Amino acid sequence: MPTIKFTYALKRFFPELKAIPAAGKSFPEIFTELDQQYPGISSYILDEQGSLRKHVNIFIDGKMITDRKQLSDAFTSGSEIYIMQALSGG
Amino acid sequence: MKSTLLLGTRKGLIAYHFNNGAWSAENTSFEGIPVSIAYADERTGAWWACQDHGHWGVKLHRSADRGKTWEEITAPAYPKGAELKDGAPATTRYIWAMAHGGKKFPQRLWLGTDPGGLFISEDGGNSFELVESLWNHPTRKEGWFGGGRDQPGIHSIVVDPRDENHVHIAISCAGVFETFDAGKTWDIRNKGMKAEFLPNPDAETGYDPHILVAAPSSHDILWQQNHCGIYRSPDAGKNWTEISENGGPAYFGFAIAVAEDNADQAWVAPASSDMTRTAIKGSLCICRTDDGGKTWKTQRNGLPQQNCFDIVYRHCLASSGDAVAFGTTTGNLFFSPDRGDNWQTVNNYLPMVYSVQFTD
Repeated sequence: MPTIKFTYALKRFFPELKAIPAAGKSFPEIFTELDQQYPGISSYILDEQGSLRKHVNIFIDGKMITDRKQLSDAFTSGSEIYIMQALSGG
Repeated sequence: MKSTLLLGTRKGLIAYHFNNGAWSAENTSFEGIPVSIAYADERTGAWWACQDHGHWGVKLHRSADRGKTWEEITAPAYPKGAELKDGAPATTRYIWAMAHGGKKFPQRLWLGTDPGGLFISEDGGNSFELVESLWNHPTRKEGWFGGGRDQPGIHSIVVDPRDENHVHIAISCAGVFETFDAGKTWDIRNKGMKAEFLPNPDAETGYDPHILVAAPSSHDILWQQNHCGIYRSPDAGKNWTEISENGGPAYFGFAIAVAEDNADQAWVAPASSDMTRTAIKGSLCICRTDDGGKTWKTQRNGLPQQNCFDIVYRHCLASSGDAVAFGTTTGNLFFSPDRGDNWQTVNNYLPMVYSVQFTD
């Protein structure tokens, strides 16, 4: 099972958030799982068309994904998937 | 005068309450998060915070207890397949207007968004749906464009209290639209406006009404601060007449407010030209007309008159009874108890102010 880890910034909105294993074999499946555990969290990470939000990044085993629209980048059952925010703003 | 000032700011929602002759801070919510519109629904007393997270998208929150606690509501979302233009998916980028649907429709709420979608709720705001008739309007893809924001945005929603299915909206840049059937069909109401920035200044759409308001005491009288001057309509937008001050400061700006008890009295917050967008010659003023825009009086007493860069965004000037208040881009909040003749400073150290509303 891949492990999903999150930027600390999301804990402001989901105080119980912690790294979790996921059974999903694709990103859509993983986000469905995440929404079951943390209702609404996918809307913080994806827009309503399913694309990654502009100032959010996902890393698979330390490598940034390349398909921000369909989220088709491959991962394995042993992967670490890290969801982070861009360090932008002011 | 209503005794609460509700502010949306770049760093949160801030509420002030008037007690014993002075304003004091009552509530700060969502510290650090941009609140594009803070809105109080006068029918229910509910407060709404339309949020513009830099990272996490547009969010919507509602409070039933004056900001003590908040509930997140599903934000308006464009349907799967909705497109800005062919091949470019549409997503909610910003909530730029909020209005309740009137007393006859107690569950109805309207939201205006960038990139140009109008949303309606018929369940008290628990869910919002895109108004497809406007989104599919034949002028949208070619005749609307960004103004103030990258994409077209709906910043004004004016519900007629005599017939609450009768609504005007204003879009930057497209112009003024009117519906008599709660958004099923739309008429364009741009007759008489100028669009000096267009190659064809008499185009059907592409106008930039910075804000549209109705006179509370006579709802057919509409006012707008436009990119190209100040306009007034005596007939619910069928015809617009420019009423800018000839040679005076009342010309360019973003905000306008109309007196509750006098359809001929209004305030604007002039700014230097669209080239600089600063206070005119470093001094801040409000202009008031008492005669429907025939003449304007400049009001400066109590406002900074040198080294000032403040301008007033479109939702940041409000009136209630004899009171007028406005918030600025550099975080100043000013209040007048006497229709702008004299101004008092409420706070010099706020974040950039995005919206100001008087409420109970």
